[in-house]
Amino acid sequence: MEKSLSWREFIITRLIQTSGYSAILFVALIFFFLLREGLPTLGQVDAASLLNIRWYPIENYFGILPLITGSLIVTLGAALIAVPFGIGTAVYISEIAPRWMREILKPLVELLGGLPSVVLGFLGILVLAPFLRVFLDLPTGLTALAGSLLLGGIAVPTVVSVAEDALDSVPRAYREGAWALGATRWQTIWRVTLPAAKSGVLTAVMLGVGRAIGETMAVMMVTGNAPVLALQPGSLFSPVRTMTATIAAEMGEVANGSTHYHVLFFIGMVLFIISLVVNIIASSVVFRSKKRAERILS
Amino acid sequence: MMTKFLSRNRHTVQRLGFSAITVMALFTVLPIIGTITFILVKGGSAISLDFLSGFPHDGMRAGGILPAIVGTLYLTLGTAFFSVPLGIAAAIYLAEYAKENRWTRLIRLAIINLAGIPSVVYGLFGLGLFVLFLQFGTSILAASLTLSIMTLPVIISTSEEALRAVPQAFRTVSISLGATRWQTISRIILKEALPGILTGVILGLERAAGETAPILFTGAAFFLPQLPQSPFDATMALPYHLFVISTQVPEMPIQIQYGTALVLLVFVLTMNVIATVIRSRARAKRQW
Repeated sequence: MEKSLSWREFIITRLIQTSGYSAILFVALIFFFLLREGLPTLGQVDAASLLNIRWYPIENYFGILPLITGSLIVTLGAALIAVPFGIGTAVYISEIAPRWMREILKPLVELLGGLPSVVLGFLGILVLAPFLRVFLDLPTGLTALAGSLLLGGIAVPTVVSVAEDALDSVPRAYREGAWALGATRWQTIWRVTLPAAKSGVLTAVMLGVGRAIGETMAVMMVTGNAPVLALQPGSLFSPVRTMTATIAAEMGEVANGSTHYHVLFFIGMVLFIISLVVNIIASSVVFRSKKRAERILS
Repeated sequence: MMTKFLSRNRHTVQRLGFSAITVMALFTVLPIIGTITFILVKGGSAISLDFLSGFPHDGMRAGGILPAIVGTLYLTLGTAFFSVPLGIAAAIYLAEYAKENRWTRLIRLAIINLAGIPSVVYGLFGLGLFVLFLQFGTSILAASLTLSIMTLPVIISTSEEALRAVPQAFRTVSISLGATRWQTISRIILKEALPGILTGVILGLERAAGETAPILFTGAAFFLPQLPQSPFDATMALPYHLFVISTQVPEMPIQIQYGTALVLLVFVLTMNVIATVIRSRARAKRQW
């Protein structure tokens, strides 16, 4: 009896430990399979044509530059929306709003985070794009701008929740100190609370941008999907095509093992590495600031 | 006089600033309410018993969306089957067993990275590993496995938080009464942390139910004349169906599109509301 109990305990402990380590295994597996299917690209397409400005797979043009610039311009537009509105909303929720308002706003923002992106893309096609076409007098509303507006909305919940956490963790004494010195609440927010929460707010911005780069369905549905080089600000008002949308739109139609198939995995590899870099930097920012806080406290 | 002017100025700045921030918060929140109301209103008239319980016909331009509803249900349950036990076990490891060392930090970094990987990249991974390498084919099984790895980080981090919130005294007392570590966890700690874990699980599954990109090449079918019969069959799904009928089918009746969006939205919002209710009720009832 005693013995079987300790055996059971031992096995369960091992199972739980294995589950804990599984997260590392999954990241490694994902990277491995992206490399396995993506790296053959380099043997089949030379680097010069990969960095070309023409994406036309049917005739073997695999230039991924237009896709990269497409992703960049849409993400930049999204960041210009999500960062001010996200941080503004976080400041409102954490510093200004009365308690009852906070109880309404927080679940609502969480709700936005849970809305399927395909539903937002659907509304983008039916409502946003026609509106932009008429309002800005464009030949089509399916543009980088439409993508940026939707992506901005999709990235906002991430920015709000992380930034709000950061603002929340600023000790109350900081604010009280500022008030006691005669600062208004507004001055306190700008010169004390926000600077104190700087690293957390920075993390919020990075995670929001990371969310925007990786978003697929909504972007694919509203950006018009034209793989043209987007370098001037004017490209915001014309159709573009992002890296994510290219994979989603074309993977279903390629033959497994073809050059096109490998190139799409190669793009996935690039996306994976971008998200890895963003997340590692973001988490090390948090980590460092935590250490500094511990130093101050000790 | 100077100070009086300055102080009035300061307070004007504050009033202006507060108004600006409030307007920004409203601009963030009103579109959310607008979006939901708009779809509820526009889609409401499409909903009927036939729409919910019938198969699509005439190239999806008529009939119902039953196979898509059932498919999303299957995918959500399949995802839960894999991700819930694994996610909770991983959370137990991090909250109850792991020491703060290099490996634990690596696990946390891996979880953060899993959370940040673009959904379409999960789709590629699922295609590479489950569909092709393990030869599950385009199937409910492959799609569920792909979705479950994607939902793991949400389930792990929320469950870990819930486990950590259980006061240390519960553990001390249980161990001092002669219980083993696992008995303490399974009979005391998990019970106390259950509402928090449940909230996390539902929020994770909510995300899985609404996702399209990870199932595009791992399990979603354009149209099927019958319901899937086994985990190795492909399936229709609500989010993919909405994508298909709003972009791929010419002359699609707008009513069916709004109706499909409404059903998907209700599916996801219901899960969200259940999670919120569980969380707030548990908070109100908690005695520690």
